[in-house]
Amino acid sequence: MSIEWIIRIVVEYWPMFLRGAGVTLLIALIGTVFGALIGLLSGVLRTIPMPEKGSKRLLLKVVNLILSAYIEFFRGTPMIVQAMVIFYGAAMAFGYQMDPLIAGIVIVSINTGAYMAEIVRGGIISVDQGQYEAAQAIGMNHVQTMMNVVLPQVIRNILPATGNQFIINIKDTAVLSVISISELFFQTNSIAGNNFRYFESFFVVCIIYFIMTYTVTLILRYIERRMDGPANYVIAGEMDTAEDIKRKTTGA
Amino acid sequence: MAERRDEKMSTVVDIQGLSKSFGSHEVLKDINFSVNKGEVVTIIGSSGSGKSTLLRCVNLLEKPSGGQIIYNGENILDDKHNVHQYRKNLGMVFQSFNLFNNHNVLGNCVVGQIKVLKRSKEEAEKVAKKYLHVVGMDAYVEAKPRQLSGGQKQRVAIARALSMEPDVMLFDEPTSALDPEMVGEVLKVMKELAGTGLTMLIVTHEMEFAREVSDRVVFMDKGVIAEEGTPEQIFNAPQKDRTKEFLQRTRK
Repeated sequence: MSIEWIIRIVVEYWPMFLRGAGVTLLIALIGTVFGALIGLLSGVLRTIPMPEKGSKRLLLKVVNLILSAYIEFFRGTPMIVQAMVIFYGAAMAFGYQMDPLIAGIVIVSINTGAYMAEIVRGGIISVDQGQYEAAQAIGMNHVQTMMNVVLPQVIRNILPATGNQFIINIKDTAVLSVISISELFFQTNSIAGNNFRYFESFFVVCIIYFIMTYTVTLILRYIERRMDGPANYVIAGEMDTAEDIKRKTTGA
Repeated sequence: MAERRDEKMSTVVDIQGLSKSFGSHEVLKDINFSVNKGEVVTIIGSSGSGKSTLLRCVNLLEKPSGGQIIYNGENILDDKHNVHQYRKNLGMVFQSFNLFNNHNVLGNCVVGQIKVLKRSKEEAEKVAKKYLHVVGMDAYVEAKPRQLSGGQKQRVAIARALSMEPDVMLFDEPTSALDPEMVGEVLKVMKELAGTGLTMLIVTHEMEFAREVSDRVVFMDKGVIAEEGTPEQIFNAPQKDRTKEFLQRTRK
């Protein structure tokens, strides 16, 4: 019956599942990290105060235009289509077959970058104006202000959204099976094609996807708590002694 | 005559014909005044009189629409002048503290010294601890801003500005955002600083404090300097009707 088949599939095909899960995690993780870096860079560039005149102003306008085009284009088209266009396009243009794994990482990075650019922009806007002013008043320039004051706060603020993006990437790498990357969905398809047990095979992979995403959620929650630290600060020597606590609780 | 020459030699910041408009709204009109070395100048006036805008124009957080700001014999409003280089000579204390949320107390006082003044970490920490001691916050070096009370935050903000060892300290209503019982601790620190010969330019609503601590009081009304003089002149024998009216309202 089904349960037996599920167990058989796990026992028989676990190395394939494991390899697929590894490839999926690899693409999702590297893609999210590169995407976040693209997003941070684009966020810093797009918040440079516009000079009133001169060639710098023109340069900045061109950069902003390119960034907007990039963001709108990659947010506005499906990743599965981007995968086809980039993979087969590169093959046609340069006459060589990209390694599917590399292609997958590139596609996920670029796609994530487009979303992260907007997330980072939101994160930068949400940092209190006073933080910029204080940094400027101390004599910091835009890059120093960003690196030492704003971005560390942005990273904390966008952590939940970045985690979200990471989870989406773990799931959405499934579409990369169209360029025959042997990630988890692709592997499962092969397994099911071998034994014709589609329900059981995909039930197993369903659980594997959930374990991966839920583990990521837990890890991110832990990191957030670590970054926030305790709400109170105790000066050495000012901590309540056992007697203080006893006195307070008994009201004596 | 001798006094005048002395004054001219030790001017820290000299403001000439300064004006500022937001759109068609003229907030500051033809402001002329200067701050001399070792002097404590307070700016008083009702809300909307332009006193905070004037202070923010001095360190270019607001860009003046016209006029000159002479520092070290140079007009820093010239295009060629580096704003960031100029600002490190002015310490700024904000109404809303604006401590860097991603740094602890020590980090707040150190980051500007290291990044802007290029001091070594050891030297910066030594300087920071010295000024944290001055404001009575040396027991809190490891605390994060959100673990502090308003009064404590403002004292750290003062130490942060002092750590840059600026030529002049600017205070923008430093006690306006504080609970009444915390106003005292901040004013006490400021009085002590005034006693050390620090050059200070203070925008405040605390009339008693202004009378006690100032060498010179500037009364602003509707974007112009309406009256200027020693605390005795302004508080005991105001010449202009507008000054008399304002003082009457604040006394009650």
